[in-house]
Amino acid sequence: MPVNDVSEFRPKIVAFCCNWCSYAGADLAGTNRLNYPADVKIIRVPCSCRVNPLFILRAFQRGADGVILCGCHPGDCHYTSGNYFTRRRMTLLFSMLDYLGIEKERTRVEWVSAAEGARFATVMNDFVGTVRGLGENRKLEDLRCKQH
Amino acid sequence: MQTTLIDRAKSLLVDGTVIRVIGWKKGESDWDITPAVFTTPNELDAGFVYDDFCGTNLSKYLVPQSRKEGKILVFLKPCDTYSFNQLLKEHRILRENVYVIGIPCEGKIDPEAVQAQGIDGITSMTSDGITVTVQTLYGEKTIAKDSVLAERCRNCKSRKHVVYDELIGAEGEVLDSHRFDMVEKIEAMTPDERYAFWRGELSRCIRCNACRNVCPACTCEKCIFDNDNLGTANKAPSDSFEENMFHIIRAFHVAGRCTDCGECSRVCPQGIPLHLLNRKFIKDVNTLYGKYQAGDDLEARAPLNTFDKNDAEPSIKYTKNEGATNG
Repeated sequence: MPVNDVSEFRPKIVAFCCNWCSYAGADLAGTNRLNYPADVKIIRVPCSCRVNPLFILRAFQRGADGVILCGCHPGDCHYTSGNYFTRRRMTLLFSMLDYLGIEKERTRVEWVSAAEGARFATVMNDFVGTVRGLGENRKLEDLRCKQH
Repeated sequence: MQTTLIDRAKSLLVDGTVIRVIGWKKGESDWDITPAVFTTPNELDAGFVYDDFCGTNLSKYLVPQSRKEGKILVFLKPCDTYSFNQLLKEHRILRENVYVIGIPCEGKIDPEAVQAQGIDGITSMTSDGITVTVQTLYGEKTIAKDSVLAERCRNCKSRKHVVYDELIGAEGEVLDSHRFDMVEKIEAMTPDERYAFWRGELSRCIRCNACRNVCPACTCEKCIFDNDNLGTANKAPSDSFEENMFHIIRAFHVAGRCTDCGECSRVCPQGIPLHLLNRKFIKDVNTLYGKYQAGDDLEARAPLNTFDKNDAEPSIKYTKNEGATNG
């Protein structure tokens, strides 16, 4: 178990997880006793397509250091085509964030099915590691939302 | 050109084809042209203007106007016809209540560009299509029209009218413009340079909402930016993320529907190049999902309303078969 060192930077990660796949995948990772950092705060959504680009920006504004969106693999959407729309939407949004000079590594879309508990854990470990390397989110935060 | 338009408008008013005309009239000064509705031939004679300063896109005014009693005559420049078509596609304009006359456009003058050339005390400006004659408190000056063209006109995308009932002048062509050059230049910067560039531009925003109000693609009856709790309602210029967020969301809401008419940048009182955000989305859509010009085709589906099974992935790291070994 990692020691909770006060001086160590612990990123705040928001994970939007689709109810039908990644959320169950996270559950499976838990029942399989796989480790993934506690920095990940999961928000359950009915479909990855439910995530409005504003949600992602809002998360950053309120102090998140990284936002990850997990949905069903393309072709496996519970609602047939939701994740295909997510894919287009997020591709454009992330490209825009990059255009504005915000590190694109802070945002990610991953497809994780309900059976991929191990994949969920590795994806989260990898993402938290990347964001930890990037450090605190300074470009997108709203100073008034910071509580120091 | 102005007299031709007035004569045509008068004859359509007199024979009862239309009962109103939407066009342009002089504002407080020569170069400050505002849209206006005319109902009688006398009013047209007295106020109707069409010159090189008539930059306003009249399409959006038809959203409320076409819902009024009777038919309205509208004059549309080539780039305005794209906005008109896009609004038509979204069922925002009642086509049967509008009579469209396509009019030629040789590029519009940006009055701020004239002032930016160091000309002070301007009292009037006139243009003959080649040179602009500026009357100032200190005497008369002439400058070439090409040097004070609006950015969107220097990079004009099309001189073709995509919709009209009647055309005045000759039909133009879709042009091969360099409108993505500046986007490419920004893309070539380092992330920190890009961030500094956009902070410099966006931090000037005073949240006047002019860009939203003028945009022909922004016609929602309820707008998210009218929500006081959204956190983007700050009025003072500030260095907070709010401005970034407002502009990303504004641009995103019109992604795939923006016809690149350039009205947002024209009306911005702070001179923020907002069209560069919209063009980034247009450029991305063109490269990722195939060339798409909003308003060009009434049947084509907007890129964000459709999908392809082989679309590009948002995150480069994604590999489906790698499974648990990813990362």
